[in-house]
Amino acid sequence: MAKYALRRFITMVVMLVALSLIVFVILELPPGDFAERYVHDLRQSGAQVTYGQVEYYRHMLGLDRPWPERYLNWATNIVTRFDFGWSLTYRLPVTKVIGDRIWFTIILSVVTIGASYLIAIPLGIYSAIKQYSTGDYLLTILGYLGMATPAFLFALLLLYVSTMYFGTSVGGLYSLEFQNAPWSWNKFIDLMRHIWPAVIVLGTSGAASTLRTMRATMLDEKNQLYVTVARAKGVPENKLIQKYPVRAALNPIVSTIGWELATIVSGSPITATVLSLPDIGPIFLKSLTNQDIYLSGTILLIYSCLTIVGTFVSDILLAMLDPRIRYGGIE
Amino acid sequence: MSALNSTPPVEIPDLEEQTMDRAKESFYTATQFQLMWLKFRRHKLAIIGMFVLALFLIAMLFAEFLAPYGSQSRDADYLFGKPQSIHFFDDDGNFRGMFVYSVISQFNIDTMQVDLVEDRSEIRPVNFFAKGEPYKMWGLIKGDLHLFHVEDAFIHLFGTDSLGRDVYSRVIFGTRTSLSIGFIGVIISFILGLAIGGVSGYFGGLIDDIVQRMIEFIRSIPTLPLWMSLAAILPKEWSPLRVYFAVTVLLGFLSWTTLARRVRGKLISMREEDFVFAARIAGSSDARIIWRHMIPAFLSYIIVDLTVSFPAMILGETTLSFIGLGLREPVVSWGVLLQASQNIKAIEQHPWLFFPAIFVVISVLAFSLVGDGMRDAADPYSH
Repeated sequence: MAKYALRRFITMVVMLVALSLIVFVILELPPGDFAERYVHDLRQSGAQVTYGQVEYYRHMLGLDRPWPERYLNWATNIVTRFDFGWSLTYRLPVTKVIGDRIWFTIILSVVTIGASYLIAIPLGIYSAIKQYSTGDYLLTILGYLGMATPAFLFALLLLYVSTMYFGTSVGGLYSLEFQNAPWSWNKFIDLMRHIWPAVIVLGTSGAASTLRTMRATMLDEKNQLYVTVARAKGVPENKLIQKYPVRAALNPIVSTIGWELATIVSGSPITATVLSLPDIGPIFLKSLTNQDIYLSGTILLIYSCLTIVGTFVSDILLAMLDPRIRYGGIE
Repeated sequence: MSALNSTPPVEIPDLEEQTMDRAKESFYTATQFQLMWLKFRRHKLAIIGMFVLALFLIAMLFAEFLAPYGSQSRDADYLFGKPQSIHFFDDDGNFRGMFVYSVISQFNIDTMQVDLVEDRSEIRPVNFFAKGEPYKMWGLIKGDLHLFHVEDAFIHLFGTDSLGRDVYSRVIFGTRTSLSIGFIGVIISFILGLAIGGVSGYFGGLIDDIVQRMIEFIRSIPTLPLWMSLAAILPKEWSPLRVYFAVTVLLGFLSWTTLARRVRGKLISMREEDFVFAARIAGSSDARIIWRHMIPAFLSYIIVDLTVSFPAMILGETTLSFIGLGLREPVVSWGVLLQASQNIKAIEQHPWLFFPAIFVVISVLAFSLVGDGMRDAADPYSH
């Protein structure tokens, strides 16, 4: 088990290194750089800028060196000093810009994934046990709708309904007194009180697909012979469902926690922008349009890290659940 | 009655048996495709989805005919106009067929604003298959026939946007763009998935390892942020049409991984089958074995995967365009249209600008339903 975990861990680290390189290359691809954009903005606001100044800025920001050198610099600083570079739009270190917001993104993702499992798994079991009942059909329809509605549409719809019918806005996340307060237990509680619209928006499509998967695997499992045997032995129905088919059916769900997390993380920049959440989503969008490469690169890296770590966790969980995996499978 | 009863009852089971035999016979002699169709037909929701998709396809092909106006034509007197109501009876209660009232702007002295009110003095009948605004179908065929048209006035089923452009017409044109992106993207990911997955599964060994690590790697990057980053680096000076192609290619280039995995898995399980072995002994080349023997054996699965990957493309494009990193005017897609309702204020004041959203959801729903039906039908020999 430890050996397996170590192997997966090494794979994860290799992936992260490769990822950082790719991220850097992607962000380096576009023609033009921040110096040009900055000077362009200066010109727009009426300032006189000479060509020499472009060169000056470029040199000052280190943009005139070849990209492998800049990548190495960037990567070394991350590893040795946890320094992700300098945000050119905010004129602050990237870590400062991201700051507390990253915690919000992580909390939101974890709460969302927890909530979506808590809701979807029991509903999936119910749907499978009561196959073709009214409840099952209702859940099926809801499941399809949930998968078909893009997160941003759902966010807009939620905003619309809450403003039109409840007279409150669901945007924003903290009560006034906690807006700029440092992290504390009370702030956390306050956050939990305001987080649900974001959780609903982000979690729905994942919950819908979890529900469908759970239902399908439960349907496969519930007619297996081992279930019949247990029933014949006289195991009470409730306990039987919990102990036998549900365990087996959870397998594919656990193994896809990583993807599930990827889906949630993937949706979060848009949802955060629409609901104006104080997480890294809106900054990501802004940094992309401004070609603020260190900032957008770092955020893309964070998003990818979340999913890679998620995959790692689900690999380990799966190995714990299923001995065939840690011993290399059946040939 | 007694005459009817006197017919010998023995013949009835006989007949039934015969029809049973015929049914069985047609079942056993049916081709694979017929069997699939039989199975697919039982999936009622999938049939509905298929019907809806057919409608979308028609809208896509004949957008110019179905839309009363061009995507950039303006009704300058009706900005941010509500959807017009369709009437059948005039103010005296007489049936007058389908008609609308034209809308005039009136200055309201109390609110100091311009109100748009129906001009009830004149009835504007809706003419079907009437000549209206001239167009060039697909930029090639000239015509001016529209499904419906109103003489000397405008008809706005879904209202108008900030510039007075007809939302209904724009949604129809948006359908063409959004679905075509889906089609092209799916074709790209089909070719890539088939080629890469095929090579990986057929040759195995080192190539397979490399390809598999590559796929894992691509899949570990969250799709949307990656799309956003890539879309953001498209040069701002590019023409909207070029951006359209770039976005399409982008969506296609990043979504071949699922298909490649599927193709690889199938090829590996099939590599050891007798019919492949037989073909190899007969001296067939690798390419021939893959194309003539193996691919036809799992084509149905590939088609299912392609159908299922459509929604991701459509949602991807819509989302990218919505946040302003994707397509832009004058190219009209569902995402571009939804840009107009980006904040709560816009939706509060002009909820009809949200109409394209319904189209997005319905199309994605239809594709998923058809995909599900096809998945069940893909293996017609299983029970």
